[in-house]
Amino acid sequence: MSVIRDVMPAFDLVQPRSVNDAQRLLQQYGEDAWIMAGGLDSFDWLKDRIKRPKVLVDLSGIEELRGIRPAGDGVEIGALTTLTEIVKHPVIREKYGLLAEAAELIASPQIRNQGTIGGNVSQDARCWYYRAGWPCYRAGGNICYADTPEGRNREHAILHAERCVAVNPSDSAPALIALDARFVMRTSKGEQVVDAEDYFIGPEIDITRLHILKPGDLLTAIRIPSTWAGARFYFEKVRDRNVWDFALMNVASAMQVSGNTIQRIRLAVNGAAARPLRLKGVEDAVLGKSATPATGEMAGKLAVQGAIPLQFNAYKIPLMRNLVKRAIGGVEEATWAF
Amino acid sequence: MGILKRITEWAMSPWGQSVPIHVAWFLIWVAGIAGLLFLIVHAIYVRYFAPAEEFAGSVSPALAAELPRQIPRHSLAARLFHWIMAASMFTLLFTAFLPKVGVQFNWVTYHWIAGSVLTVSIVFHVIHASFWLDFWAIWPDRADMVDAWRRVRRFMGRPAPPPRKFAKYPLENKLYHGAIVATGLSAIGTGVFMMSRVHTVFFPRNPYLFSDMTWGLMYVLHGLAGIGLIALVMVHVYFAVRPEKLDITKSMVFGTMRREFYLKHYDPQRWAVEVSQPGSNRTDREA
Repeated sequence: MSVIRDVMPAFDLVQPRSVNDAQRLLQQYGEDAWIMAGGLDSFDWLKDRIKRPKVLVDLSGIEELRGIRPAGDGVEIGALTTLTEIVKHPVIREKYGLLAEAAELIASPQIRNQGTIGGNVSQDARCWYYRAGWPCYRAGGNICYADTPEGRNREHAILHAERCVAVNPSDSAPALIALDARFVMRTSKGEQVVDAEDYFIGPEIDITRLHILKPGDLLTAIRIPSTWAGARFYFEKVRDRNVWDFALMNVASAMQVSGNTIQRIRLAVNGAAARPLRLKGVEDAVLGKSATPATGEMAGKLAVQGAIPLQFNAYKIPLMRNLVKRAIGGVEEATWAF
Repeated sequence: MGILKRITEWAMSPWGQSVPIHVAWFLIWVAGIAGLLFLIVHAIYVRYFAPAEEFAGSVSPALAAELPRQIPRHSLAARLFHWIMAASMFTLLFTAFLPKVGVQFNWVTYHWIAGSVLTVSIVFHVIHASFWLDFWAIWPDRADMVDAWRRVRRFMGRPAPPPRKFAKYPLENKLYHGAIVATGLSAIGTGVFMMSRVHTVFFPRNPYLFSDMTWGLMYVLHGLAGIGLIALVMVHVYFAVRPEKLDITKSMVFGTMRREFYLKHYDPQRWAVEVSQPGSNRTDREA
């Protein structure tokens, strides 16, 4: 087991002042570089000596990566914008309350003051076998210690597991998917903009990463279009400790309803797989139906089709079913079904 | 241990044991470059330096006249096996190594399915070759060794009689087959066990079938065999498209080769071709 040490290991610290400088440094050092935004995920890795970068690229001095500004008919959030700033921002609260709600449920106030939106969507898996430095698939090895009969896998995946069964821990990710956000990246090929759901990848594509950022790439901003501004939102996070904890699972939905009929909907869950899942099949199934508990019931059952529980996480199937049900049918009418 | 450490990657197991986890991936490039260098050197040698082929002995005109215009070489079953094996081998190599060089896609399912196809086709081939073909035709014999020695001496400019014409398979073919058997069976043997580490339709997943060290060595052997196959397949494809070998390649498509090619390169005493009588069914055994 790893032991947290008080002293940072040795590495070169570089503190670029612009995105251009940051990108140049990241491309210069490639896999030897480690990107640090708020530092909340980074420090564990570094102090535990599990990740041993030669160069740490500290983004905190890049002002152009901070702030929330109008962009087209929506908003653009700099990747270095803190979660607290997002929670408190009047436009976010008024039009994109889903993101404000998700961000407010992330960790603790202190962590939200320091943690950034870019870091939250790009943070690494919380699987303790992986974070303890064991040579699992995600660490480049040839085994998943969690997907074994004795493995502690209560928090792990029930869907789309492929060798590695770790899940994505982000709370803001499903909200951003539901809001149809786009992620802006600087890569060696220039600026690249991808849909939020395409930013995340599962182990079947790359077992060592949770997102598409490659060495040398940098997430610079997240753009939210006005498409879903003021829609009917639902976000719920289930965790072991309500004071602060990572999600066992969360759900985010954005619905446009006429009367009580669902005209348009985007729905995503996280904590069920290695990437936040947009439930496109469920969205299609509930279009044109009333946003009622009965529709939610049907949607919940559809959402968990194909789920395969591990030894200790079968509870996640009814959990996901009920979260989806509540995201569509509402909480007051919903009853928990097992 | 020195070389093993350099060509493998190691990690510390949860029990504090240093174990290999897989082959070092730079070997992919080593195999690719080695294969490419071989092709370039061979092509230059054949183009500018190789003397004309010279064989001992000649075929009597009477015997030649009895031969059909198209000499049966590979039965339909043998050809089907070859192309199924080729398709699965390419699938295995692409799915194994493209992700390692940056082409990301969902490869594991395709990989184990292709591996299963290859395994079944190899089992079929072993049975087919053992009972329906001349099993020993593909293995080097004493005549091959004698002729090889003669060819080496002549290559070095030393006196030696010309070698005889080939049996059904030249020594180079037989050695290549031996290399494919060694690497292919290593990849298959380890791959079958490795399937117990992923979810397939064949076995219940059991990552604890072996110790970490045994698993690690198995992954290393699997990787080394796979990387060796990169170079071997490159060489195979190269020879398949060389102009002077096209008759052999076509025979793997159509089943037969031209009588002229046969008479020029093959010894009817070492690879006897009988003319099939109407209604007889000797093709498989001859092929």
